[in-house]
Amino acid sequence: MLTDLTIEQARAGLRAGEFTAVDLTMAHLHAIEVLNPRLNAFIDVRHDRALDQARAADAALAAGEARALTGIPLAIKDLFCTAGVRTTAGSRILEPFVPPYESTVTANLLRDGAVFLGKTNMDEFAMGSSNMTSAYGPVENPWKRRQDAAAVLVPGGSSGGSAAAVAARLALGATGTDTGGSIRQPASFCGLVGVKPTYGRCSRWGVVAFASSLDHPGPFSRTVRDGAILLGSMAGFDPKDSTSAEMPVPDWEAACARSVKGLRIGVPREYRMDGMPAEIEALWRQGLDWLRDAGAEIVDVSLPHTKYGLAAYYVVAPAEASSNLARYDGVRFGARTDGSDLRDLYERTRASGFGDEVRRRIMIGTYVLSAGYYDAYYLRAQKVRALILKDFTDAFGQVDALLTPTAPSAAFGQGEKMDDPITMYLNDVFTVPANLAGVPGISVPAGLDPNGLPLGLQVLAKPFDEATMFTVAAALERAAGFEALPTLRAGGEG
Amino acid sequence: MSLDPATVRRIATLARIRVEEAEVATLQNELNGILSWIEQLNEVNVDGVAPLTGGAQMTLRLREDVVTDGGYPDQVLGNAPDRIGDFFAVPKVVE
Amino acid sequence: MSYTIQGRTGDWELVVGLEVHAQVISKAKLFSGAATAFGADPNSQVSYVDAAFPGMLPVVNRFCVEQAVRTGLGLAAHINPVSRFDRKNYFYADLPQGYQISQFDHPIVGTGTIEIELADGSTRQIGVTRLHLEQDAGKSIHDQHPTKSLIDLNRAGVALMEIVSEPDIRSPEEAGAYLRKLRSILRYLGTCDGNMEEGSMRADVNVSVRKHGEPYRTRCEVKNVNSVRFVMQAIEAEAMRQVEIWESGGTVEQETRLFDPGRGETRSMRSKEDAHDYRYFPDPDLPPLVLDEAWIETLRANLPELPDAKKARFMREYGLSPYDAGVLVAEQATAQFYETVARGRDAKIAANWVTGDFFAALNRTGRSIEDPPVTATALGQLLDLMADGTINGRIAKDVFEAMVDTGKAPAAIVEEKGLRQVTDTGAIEAAVDAILAANAGKVAEYRGGKDKLFGFFVGQTMKAMAGKGNPALINETLKRKLAG
Repeated sequence: MLTDLTIEQARAGLRAGEFTAVDLTMAHLHAIEVLNPRLNAFIDVRHDRALDQARAADAALAAGEARALTGIPLAIKDLFCTAGVRTTAGSRILEPFVPPYESTVTANLLRDGAVFLGKTNMDEFAMGSSNMTSAYGPVENPWKRRQDAAAVLVPGGSSGGSAAAVAARLALGATGTDTGGSIRQPASFCGLVGVKPTYGRCSRWGVVAFASSLDHPGPFSRTVRDGAILLGSMAGFDPKDSTSAEMPVPDWEAACARSVKGLRIGVPREYRMDGMPAEIEALWRQGLDWLRDAGAEIVDVSLPHTKYGLAAYYVVAPAEASSNLARYDGVRFGARTDGSDLRDLYERTRASGFGDEVRRRIMIGTYVLSAGYYDAYYLRAQKVRALILKDFTDAFGQVDALLTPTAPSAAFGQGEKMDDPITMYLNDVFTVPANLAGVPGISVPAGLDPNGLPLGLQVLAKPFDEATMFTVAAALERAAGFEALPTLRAGGEG
Repeated sequence: MSLDPATVRRIATLARIRVEEAEVATLQNELNGILSWIEQLNEVNVDGVAPLTGGAQMTLRLREDVVTDGGYPDQVLGNAPDRIGDFFAVPKVVE
Repeated sequence: MSYTIQGRTGDWELVVGLEVHAQVISKAKLFSGAATAFGADPNSQVSYVDAAFPGMLPVVNRFCVEQAVRTGLGLAAHINPVSRFDRKNYFYADLPQGYQISQFDHPIVGTGTIEIELADGSTRQIGVTRLHLEQDAGKSIHDQHPTKSLIDLNRAGVALMEIVSEPDIRSPEEAGAYLRKLRSILRYLGTCDGNMEEGSMRADVNVSVRKHGEPYRTRCEVKNVNSVRFVMQAIEAEAMRQVEIWESGGTVEQETRLFDPGRGETRSMRSKEDAHDYRYFPDPDLPPLVLDEAWIETLRANLPELPDAKKARFMREYGLSPYDAGVLVAEQATAQFYETVARGRDAKIAANWVTGDFFAALNRTGRSIEDPPVTATALGQLLDLMADGTINGRIAKDVFEAMVDTGKAPAAIVEEKGLRQVTDTGAIEAAVDAILAANAGKVAEYRGGKDKLFGFFVGQTMKAMAGKGNPALINETLKRKLAG
């Protein structure tokens, strides 16, 4: 089936003329039509637009002008502004918003010939780890528990729609954003590869901001190599983003084929946390064995401030968000709720436009920046953040990459972990430190839990050394031979 | 540090989010739960540590003083919930 | 000369600090590529960045940074090699982001000084606390619609320099002198046009009063005063208000006020009374601004001669009084005009003409120094005609007026109107003889000791010669003949 192809395979098939971009796009649009009503992975499907792009791709292929992604159907997280296509950020407040501009990352993908199927569901303003905070309804994880196939599981979040779409074969790949784990955690929950590159690799211009110093655009894919292909297209210097790195984009596909022989892989002892499920600990050990068998050297390292990453994150991210989301005031774009005066308009617009989790985080952020509390919360968190970066810098003085679990559990059920915000926050315990430090990370599907749900392992590397990260990830992928499929997928039992 | 209801209301005002009186207690609980969890940061010795403010370990890049943007009021106003001519419109502000 | 307010309970001292917002002269905005020109159609100079659309990011304009550094150098201030942009968070209709990007903890320019001159000739040093870069807000228009305010974002994002003084100012006069001097420096540097009426320079005035020797008392901020005169009036009015409060046993509340020029009083600004908590924090979209020392030195080396230096040079080179020098250097264009006139000529006569007849002509014609009714070259030619004896000083005044009226060159006017000075001794002797003959009685009085009549004879002779006689020759001839 065309929907089962990897990007690498689809690219080769298009170039060899085995099928057309229109065939490939139609296959995915059909799959979306069948499965999306149930999965709710897409907020918005752009059938006609996708076919127009596919026809243009076929013309380019016929003219011998194929680029890296010509004719490849992708799903775009609804946090990326897409010109002329509604962009909601998963929020009621942006329900009517149609950006007149294209984000740099999606523009790069379009430049390389990609076909956009539509915009994917997500936690509101990317705040969440389950996709339950979306104003457009929850997303169903296409994976099912063996013993409890009726339970509806979350795809993770915040990029839950993108993850579910790629896992269910509704798209060959997808964009996501990762502020505290929002690509890597859903990738782990959905049996996918998810990449969070180095801060500054992918431009944030045109990506609705959640927490500016922590937001990282990145791809979802079904293989490590596909991740390298997508990232290679998405990444690159952008003069419109003052935090974009002026660095060349290396050949990451080539890095996937390199051996890990002689690489030093660190095992951060602080990631071995109390109460970690045995299967996750076992999978982690297994991953280390695979890398050792492939010729890498395993080294114990210490990242002493790991434990404080989450708390620091839940100061910094809400602080930045409280400011970034101030622009949603019902004056220039988005939804407005009228009021008796301007202030009342602001307060009603924002009360009805934002969901509970967003409201909570804006309030926490407002509080930690307010007079008298700035030093105790925000400044202290930024100092802890500096210590976390130093932990990584020290560790990377000894090793080339780190291996950790991606998430502390497999996918959980919709409605679980909802009683108390902090239980949900704990999902990001292994992913958040890389956002605080800006180092690149990837989640690779490595095994199944006793319920048959996928579990990922995370590879972290030095800043701007995604090449080593891809090398290690590809070695894990080869060793793991992960071939399990989700229950709900195009052409599957669903 | 623990938030009282007045502080919850003050934060909501600063953030310009209307909070109904009935919601204050729930919010107070949730926010206090999060804040007390955050207070584990007090365990960390941060003496002499310079705060890390940004994600990028770089210095600012500057652009040239050239007019490259603007000149599209229709697009700028195209998403406005209310406009009068080429102005955004809001309820009258009294200074 | 110290300024005091006489209250019922004794003398009060005034304490004033000024925060001046000066719009930076640049083509594009501080964080976006939209244009800055004044007076464009509404929202036509607005980018998605300025309107704070989702996902938009700021990129800093190098020239605006350069302008701030040059201004800092012009204020003899410390330039901070590392500075940072912060967000100042508050909601306002014309503040699209919901925050203003400003500099809080680490401004681009640190402490400096402005020297002011007062009417009595004394000078004072007023400390500058800091200068920082920030973005301007848009404009709300409240009087175009019965129930709505209209928002124009053309100004949103234009670079501002906020220049903060120490509370060193002690009188309305000093505040006026400070503003005029600052404006002069900004104009010399070309970093701000200093136009307070158009709002490209605006002042917030911090006013408090105290008894001599006391620590500072509570201050009030009078916001957005838009002329030097109003600043001086606002300070007086606010100081009087505060003295009244203190003397009647009350307490001055720290607050933001507005000056009402019509009523000559300040009033509380209710909309700003909400407990403000700006929640400043470093803007995560903008890494630290690091300046290259060599670049700063290049800017320093290329600064123009500034008013103080120019004034000293004018006094030294041209022998001008401090007052005349001060008047001539206030505007760079005036100084340049003067130097063109004075070059190779009698510098003091040139100064008298520029500050006298020429300034009067500017006032009368309502024209500016940039578009003068008489060019510096033409005025110089007029002075040359006097110097070489072609015309005398009295006739020169008439020629100058004709130059203003007709725009013709002075030599042409002299020829046309036959205004050449008469230096023919025969003609002068004849005129003098005629006057003496016609006024025999007065001649007798003069000879009898009434010396004062000499001026009468000079005037009569000059009149008889239609003003064109050479004054020196007339004097000499009269003296000789009267003595005879």
